[in-house]
Amino acid sequence: MSMREKIEQAAAAYPDQRSAIMPALVIAQKEHGHLPGPVLEEVADILGVERIWVYELATFYTLFHTEPVGMFHLQLCDNVSCMLCGSESLLTHLETALEIRKGDTTADGLFTLSTVECLGACEMAPVMQVGDYYHGNLDVARLDALLDSLRAAAGPPAGDEHASQSVPGK
Amino acid sequence: MFEPVLLKNIEVANGHLLSAYEAGGGYQALRKVLSEYTPDEVVELVKQSNLRGRGGAGFPTGMKWSFVPKGGDKPKYLCCNADEGEPGTFKDRIIMERDPHQLIEGLAVSGYAIGAETAYVYVRGEYVTAIRRLEQAIAEAHERGYLGKGILGSDFNFAVYIHCGAGAYICGEETAMLESLEGKRAQPRLKPPFPAVAGLYASPTVINNVETLACVPHIVTRGAAWFRGIGPDKSPGPKLYCVSGQVKKPGLYELPMGIPLKELVEEHAGGPLPGRKIKAVIPGGVSAPVIPERELEVGMDFDSLAAAGSMLGSAGVIVVDDSTCMVKVATRIIEFFHHESCGKCTPCREGLNWVVKVLRRIEAGEGAPGDLEQLDMLCKGIFGNTFCALGDGAAMGLRAALKHFRDEFVAHIEEGRCPYH
Repeated sequence: MSMREKIEQAAAAYPDQRSAIMPALVIAQKEHGHLPGPVLEEVADILGVERIWVYELATFYTLFHTEPVGMFHLQLCDNVSCMLCGSESLLTHLETALEIRKGDTTADGLFTLSTVECLGACEMAPVMQVGDYYHGNLDVARLDALLDSLRAAAGPPAGDEHASQSVPGK
Repeated sequence: MFEPVLLKNIEVANGHLLSAYEAGGGYQALRKVLSEYTPDEVVELVKQSNLRGRGGAGFPTGMKWSFVPKGGDKPKYLCCNADEGEPGTFKDRIIMERDPHQLIEGLAVSGYAIGAETAYVYVRGEYVTAIRRLEQAIAEAHERGYLGKGILGSDFNFAVYIHCGAGAYICGEETAMLESLEGKRAQPRLKPPFPAVAGLYASPTVINNVETLACVPHIVTRGAAWFRGIGPDKSPGPKLYCVSGQVKKPGLYELPMGIPLKELVEEHAGGPLPGRKIKAVIPGGVSAPVIPERELEVGMDFDSLAAAGSMLGSAGVIVVDDSTCMVKVATRIIEFFHHESCGKCTPCREGLNWVVKVLRRIEAGEGAPGDLEQLDMLCKGIFGNTFCALGDGAAMGLRAALKHFRDEFVAHIEEGRCPYH
């Protein structure tokens, strides 16, 4: 299904097309990874709404990104429950391990590191969201294991001759 | 012996599927109301139960439903507040992830009662698993005839749609949620008119929390007297308590409304971590004023906590032990409210910015004489002067920290450092 068809399907839930802007932005962000100006304009055109209405939502809600983020967006919760359970030291560890500061993306485009307000999973604090998944009860060892698994899921870096040799049949 | 009902399916294998929900007696309440009750009788039943809204404010649910005008040419809407952004709170997520049909049945019964044919569940966008499970449950319910047209052979039509939020705490405020549902920036509306009269698309609208709606099928099947027989007269029923922070067994606990906070934290949640003592507890999410350890005998219900100078709020219980700096906790709480302020009104937008700067300075050991008086003054300028309760929540939380732990703030300023670092 094309992005237009997905948006039109989502819009059918509402009597007013303006209500469909948020669902449409979710669909567009999944499609494009982030929401640059031309994508926002395309959303407005599909729904037949004012472009400014789309812009004002894309810049108000924190889950919409108008700038690119890495392949894995590490969103570490540092609100009270997670803070009490050690999220500060986890942030320091992530910054050291990834050699970036909070808010930045690694040079290879693999990781963007952010801190976020409460993820609503305080029973397993400290918690971090990566893509669609929550990772709770984190400590340094679990964080390292998670980073390793994400790197593995991303595949070998382009141009790594040793990695390419290890793939059978290639 | 208290029997949990809201969480009874939580540990059941595949409890999120329709087959598991039906095996536990699911959708019998919907069958019952459609065959035995008029909508007005359902409203009356909920009134008799004295169910008070579980989202934070504790407004009587049956009374809220009765405010919806009869007849009229505008459609009526039911909105489920599943935005759940109050730090310390995770009860609604667990219901949606592990027992979504409980919520859907609650929506259908409530929709029948108020005359709505459309419901929107406003779920925070981070809750991806909850959203997927709800989508699956809605599809299952449609297929089995619990949603759609002519439900269970009646003339009741009802559709449920999920609307994903996108990371703004203010969407938990009911009028801001309506703005967001209408595709606008989530900023609160002036009341009146109240949503029951002019809500979504200016139509009569009821907004209920996930846990509130989950209570409704149980009230139908077990009766109002059963519900009223649990906990205090003025705030009865089973209640979900979210316990987190520096405690041995963080988790979601279903217990009677009114259970003493001390019993909840020390017995059910296992008490403080080894070698530590509890210093303070935030009883209802970060907008609820902190309670010092010496006052933990207070009952966990709307009225007891209000009398103690705090509030039940979302029942997000955050435990703080004696290793923790209360200035740091207060600063982090105000940073949250500052970050989440929608920017509509000046006392909240500018006042919280000012408060954060002073608190960060004090926590960093750079506090100045007069800072605490300035914080008192800022709280006075914010509380009661903001468009919605976000500013009030921030001011109440800070006032309580300044009242109960003023010595820690003074120590930071006098010593020029944080005594805990």
